Amino acid sequence: MATEGQQHPIKIYLLVWALLFVFSAISYASDYMDDGVIRTSVILLFMILKAAAIVAVFMHMQWERYALIFAILLPPLALMVLMTLMAIEADYAWATRVEYMGEPIAPEPKPPPTHRH
Amino acid sequence: MTDATAPSTTESILTSTARDWSSDVTTFKGVPWGKAMMWIFLVSDTFIFTCFLVSYMTVRMTVTDPWPNPSEVFALAIPNELFGWQFLESPIPVPLLLIAIMTFVLISSSGTMAMAVNMGYQRNKKGVVLLMSATALLGFTFVAMQGYEWSKLIFEEEVAPWNNPMGAAQFGSFFFMVTGFHGLHVSAGVIYLAIIAYRVGRGHYDKTNFEIVEITGLYWHFVDLVWVFIFALFYLW
Repeated sequence: MATEGQQHPIKIYLLVWALLFVFSAISYASDYMDDGVIRTSVILLFMILKAAAIVAVFMHMQWERYALIFAILLPPLALMVLMTLMAIEADYAWATRVEYMGEPIAPEPKPPPTHRH
Repeated sequence: MTDATAPSTTESILTSTARDWSSDVTTFKGVPWGKAMMWIFLVSDTFIFTCFLVSYMTVRMTVTDPWPNPSEVFALAIPNELFGWQFLESPIPVPLLLIAIMTFVLISSSGTMAMAVNMGYQRNKKGVVLLMSATALLGFTFVAMQGYEWSKLIFEEEVAPWNNPMGAAQFGSFFFMVTGFHGLHVSAGVIYLAIIAYRVGRGHYDKTNFEIVEITGLYWHFVDLVWVFIFALFYLW
């Protein structure tokens, strides 16, 4: 056992912990915003910030050697290709459905909930 | 083993990576094999969860029925009275209230886990057991709240994996599949944490550097990481 292990000052953990709380609060607050590009950007931005903070500090990624960092962070990039392909395909499938099955149904007002006792 | 853990500043990133991968000895220098294996497992788990979330997004973009509004479906009202004591005029409905609480519980548990890892490398066994138990307890709270959320959705809102009264039928199948798979990970994590905390307390790892705590922590932080994406893409989107 020659390894020193991942020992870092407690301060940075507390800082990231507090940051995660703030980021989550802002994410949650986005639910009160109107739908649109800004709201979507806020959701995505704080999702990525939170994920990065967790991976970099809590999972100690920023202190690892590049051999390990690349082995872990590069393969998931392939998933970006999947995401792009599926987004293109979904647009096409939606357009096809609308063309052959008619316009999308407008949202109906929600019926009052039926509670069973 | 010499001092191989610190990344060299003199050679380039690519050179150091190529050297590590081709050195015909340990590739991940200074990394215990258990930690490398946990990371590889987590990468494979990343692929599973991404496939779930990508297929969910694909379906959501494709459906022509309206997608149920998650902030309404998962709204919860603050009650206006407790045990006959009325303190508000009427109940206040809050969107995603339970989900927000669950998010904060999971983040808190991630924080206690990070502190447990720190205590482990300081060889503070009491601190490790205490903080890991706190983490497991918070994880259990999360699963319990998820159980409440599921039962409310199934019995009150009448959401089934094949059908629901609010709109697109696929909503139920994706909700139960994605949150169910995540909840399964949390439940497994609670058991894992409890076992490791017990073994640390029994002195099972006294001769090691307590890297087992860090390995357990990696799994737990990953569970929190997945929730970040589910919270953003399923609940807030």
